[in-house]
Amino acid sequence: MTVITVDGVTRRFGDVVALDDVSLDVGPGELVGLLGPNGAGKSTLLSLISGQRRPDRGTVRLLGGDPRDAASRIGLGITPQETGLPATLRVGEVVDFVGGHFPDPVPTGELLDQFSLTEMSRKQTGALSGGQKRRLAVALSLVGRPRVVLLDEPTTGLDVSARQALWDAIRRYHAGGGTVLLTSHYLEEVQALAERVVVIDRGVVRADDSLEAILQQVSLRRVVLTCADDLSAWPGVVRVERFDGASSDGGTRQSLFTPDADALVRDLVRADVDFRDLEIRGASLEEAFAEMVDTAVPAPLEGATR
Amino acid sequence: MTTTHPTTRPGAPPSGPAQTVSPARLAWLHLRFQFLETVRIPMAVIGNALFPALAMAFFVVPQAEVAGNPAFATMAVAGLAMFGVCSASLFTYGLGVAEDRALPFDPFVRSLPAGPMPRMVARVGNGAIFALFGLVPLIVVAWLFTDAAVTASELAVGIGMILLTSVPFVLLGMGIGYSLTAKAALPIVQVILFPLAFAGGLFLPPMMFPAWLDTLSQATPTRAGRDLMVEALTGIEANPWAWPVLIGWTLVFGALAAWAYRRDEGRRFR
Repeated sequence: MTVITVDGVTRRFGDVVALDDVSLDVGPGELVGLLGPNGAGKSTLLSLISGQRRPDRGTVRLLGGDPRDAASRIGLGITPQETGLPATLRVGEVVDFVGGHFPDPVPTGELLDQFSLTEMSRKQTGALSGGQKRRLAVALSLVGRPRVVLLDEPTTGLDVSARQALWDAIRRYHAGGGTVLLTSHYLEEVQALAERVVVIDRGVVRADDSLEAILQQVSLRRVVLTCADDLSAWPGVVRVERFDGASSDGGTRQSLFTPDADALVRDLVRADVDFRDLEIRGASLEEAFAEMVDTAVPAPLEGATR
Repeated sequence: MTTTHPTTRPGAPPSGPAQTVSPARLAWLHLRFQFLETVRIPMAVIGNALFPALAMAFFVVPQAEVAGNPAFATMAVAGLAMFGVCSASLFTYGLGVAEDRALPFDPFVRSLPAGPMPRMVARVGNGAIFALFGLVPLIVVAWLFTDAAVTASELAVGIGMILLTSVPFVLLGMGIGYSLTAKAALPIVQVILFPLAFAGGLFLPPMMFPAWLDTLSQATPTRAGRDLMVEALTGIEANPWAWPVLIGWTLVFGALAAWAYRRDEGRRFR
């Protein structure tokens, strides 16, 4: 049985298509990273899976049931946004409150202990630091002993050690057999945790593959130059993108995507290819990912899809 | 499961259909935590409690012919108590729910395995509790400075009655709170509250109304509530239509609240 089934789902907000015919299956024990820029539709997808919204078209199943039925959500854990914790309630009270919704919750003391929040138990959540709020948010997603958790940007804005601690908690949960669907716009986070990566952009699934396969795609470098020849068949060039309009002397501005920019440039020089205005964008992983998301759209016009 | 496993490991797949926590326990849970959240902001509680008492002190106490007449004074208490309950319910729920919906914690709570009922029941319960808090200063002012008089049993029946009559207003408040943003809810609540209070005879006794207004008044939930309160406190018999009118409005507002809750998907930002 799949844990999450999303089949042909479309969801609009007024004129904006937040999700356009999206399909996604997550099986038991998978740790899937959902990657995409802000506004890509990640949060909308999570809100459909957690039963907060209804799709306009298509079906969403959670643990074999309709996520809009409360009973289907017994096996689901989600994180609240850290800014959304009720500021006047104490940490222990929030855990009691959320745990009270589940038939067999983790005892509050134990949960706080695991997330090193025991001393904070009597503090109001409004008095917590950003890192403590994040830890509490992830702890809340696990209080009901869920079979699947949805983690929305679990460590955004945390320092390195706080992030590592939360990643360890997520790995522990997954090692115990739990299913995780995690969103992030940090490639690093997805890389550290996920086994499978789904890339979503402008409401469409752009890629759905193992982590290694996705990493290969995004670790390409971009060599930009102006040249009259078509260089797409050149060895080492994975993909070419041409800018519209030839310049006055007939050269075409083009981007060559390649795993090894140095080798490509050496080859071009040795073969005496007539190019000019060379630029090499040595992409960080995150920039490379952003490029992949952008260039996957056939005609990326700014504002056209907004 | 042995004790060496971390406690946050996932639960075993259920053998039968999964069972949510019982609605009664969930309602009690929500009642406790909503109460805690509200009392930790004391101004919200104090503000609600002061208005009916101040209205009593400024508008009723100085008028000797009302304050000195036990029946009239008690009626004035019934009307203002009813107003206090209406206002607390409409503001707490109309505005409070609309504000809550704007908080990011709200979609999280909606994703927990519980239907809408426990939360609504808890809100109604909290409405009743804070309405009662609000009555204490009013009763103290009336007792000290007017000739309003009730027996202990009348007072007990009156308190029970005011809790019952608050239900349709809590539901109306929720209907507003779940349909509108906080900015829109505030003026709507004010626009509804004052005409309803006036037409229901909560400020001026309905004996002073012209016949047409009196007839109209009897169809309002505020008038029905006031008459039932007056009956409970003074024994002056209420219009036989008071109960059907109150129950009718309760059903209408209940349907409105349920509809608004279902329709709401936290889309206030869209």
